[in-house]
Amino acid sequence: MRRALAVLPVWAWLVGFVALPAVLIAVMAVSISADSVPPFRLGLSFEALAAVFSDPYYRDGFLFSLRVAALSAAACLVLGYPMALAIARSAPRHRRLLLLLVILPFWTGFLLRITAWIGILRDEGLLNAVLGALGLPAIRLLHTDAAMLIGMVYGYLPFMILPIEARLSAADRTLEQAAADLGASPARVFLSVTLPLSLPGVWAGLALVFVPVAGEYVIPDLLGGPGSLTIGRVIYEEFFQNNDWPQAAALALVLLLGLALPASLVRRR
Amino acid sequence: MTRSRFLTAWLLGGLLFLYGPIAVLVATSFNASSLMTEWTGFSLRWYRALLHDRTLIDAALLSLRIAAVAATGATVLGGLAGFALARMPNLAGRRTMAGLLAAPLVLPDLLIGLSLLLLFVASEMLLGVPNGRGAGTVAIAHATMCLSYVAVVVEARLAAGGTVLEMAAMDLGAGPVMAFLRITLPLMAPALVSGWLLAFTLSLDDVVVASFTSGPGATTLPMVVYSTLRLGPTPVLNALATVVLALAAGAAAAIWVLGRRGEAAAG
Repeated sequence: MRRALAVLPVWAWLVGFVALPAVLIAVMAVSISADSVPPFRLGLSFEALAAVFSDPYYRDGFLFSLRVAALSAAACLVLGYPMALAIARSAPRHRRLLLLLVILPFWTGFLLRITAWIGILRDEGLLNAVLGALGLPAIRLLHTDAAMLIGMVYGYLPFMILPIEARLSAADRTLEQAAADLGASPARVFLSVTLPLSLPGVWAGLALVFVPVAGEYVIPDLLGGPGSLTIGRVIYEEFFQNNDWPQAAALALVLLLGLALPASLVRRR
Repeated sequence: MTRSRFLTAWLLGGLLFLYGPIAVLVATSFNASSLMTEWTGFSLRWYRALLHDRTLIDAALLSLRIAAVAATGATVLGGLAGFALARMPNLAGRRTMAGLLAAPLVLPDLLIGLSLLLLFVASEMLLGVPNGRGAGTVAIAHATMCLSYVAVVVEARLAAGGTVLEMAAMDLGAGPVMAFLRITLPLMAPALVSGWLLAFTLSLDDVVVASFTSGPGATTLPMVVYSTLRLGPTPVLNALATVVLALAAGAAAAIWVLGRRGEAAAG
């Protein structure tokens, strides 16, 4: 009983600063925009919520973010799965170091690493200098959807590698051995033993990339073009530029509810 | 063995993708030229410029203060939460607690920032606190965002250790408080240190949550970097990035050593 009391501050904090704010998003979503400070008055209006579904600008924002998040998650899976497999198969003394190398970029300031990409991708940047030196024509990359996708994959790749690697290194290697001994080809062993064993890690990785990318604001704003209108950018714009808090909250509420299902995949073990 | 060679090559390629841009950044921070594409000699001029940039220095000092407060709060609360999840299987509402803890881990920063801003606004309208937003509200927001990470790290560490040692201590006559102080707390210590460092760096790195929850007069380092970046990167930012990188590498090395020591202690 005394032990349960010790957890009280945690409950208070989680209810006050996680659950209650989520409820306030819903309250704001049905409030009415007003010319005051702060710019709303309480009410029960479904205008902002209806606009989320009827206004093509918002609809396109959601659809675009859905595509970007799906593409980013798929690209991270293709790039990250073999990396996870290589780490899981490495000698134990190398494994810890390799895992650290995967985690380290996550520690080094996301915004500052985006700085590097701006320098590399911009018109007079490093990539075009290299292309020029090779006699190839310059390409325009910065402020395009392609640059935004590169940034997403770069930023979220570790979130794909870590859960898959955890599953792969915990899997029983003798199962693969047995399948191979019974005459299965390497491709068959991979498809019918290795891959199924790692699937929970794959789902967790996909969710860990898809969910935050779907609401990403910084990368589309810095690396994407004016047309790379993700829902994150649309919400930010409604809030800070248009000062329409109920509309921003309505969009955020739909995003939150839409992401609740994929987000719940993460915790499943 | 061609398959393992393919995997190794792929891994090296992936690591190059992760570290290439960082290497470019560090190299250009020592370049005398302001252009990334020409090397005119080794120079520390951007570091000198960084030292004289009052805006960046002030913002960095503010960010360091916020990060220290947020990381400490997150470590206390996250440590308790991780302990509860690992050691109190019959805790009422355990699943709800796990769910509330997972939310800030996965949900986009945008939703965390917006929802906390609404909380601060509502609380100010109803209760009069906080009186305007600033460093304090950012620290609360960052503590909320980071406590989940600490809880995960602490829970994993306690779950890996098992309860044998605590049981033994209690069999030998230690009360629950004594067992906690003498056994569980030292067992948690490496995870608490890693959790604090992780929370500290997450707070130092955040721009979205801070943009929502800060107010006039409290501009954090990432907020300054962000508004500079929107106009185009400057060589001074490369120098700043290199300094932050060196600090982060130091913190990561500390965690690595702590982790190894923890593993050795756990057997």
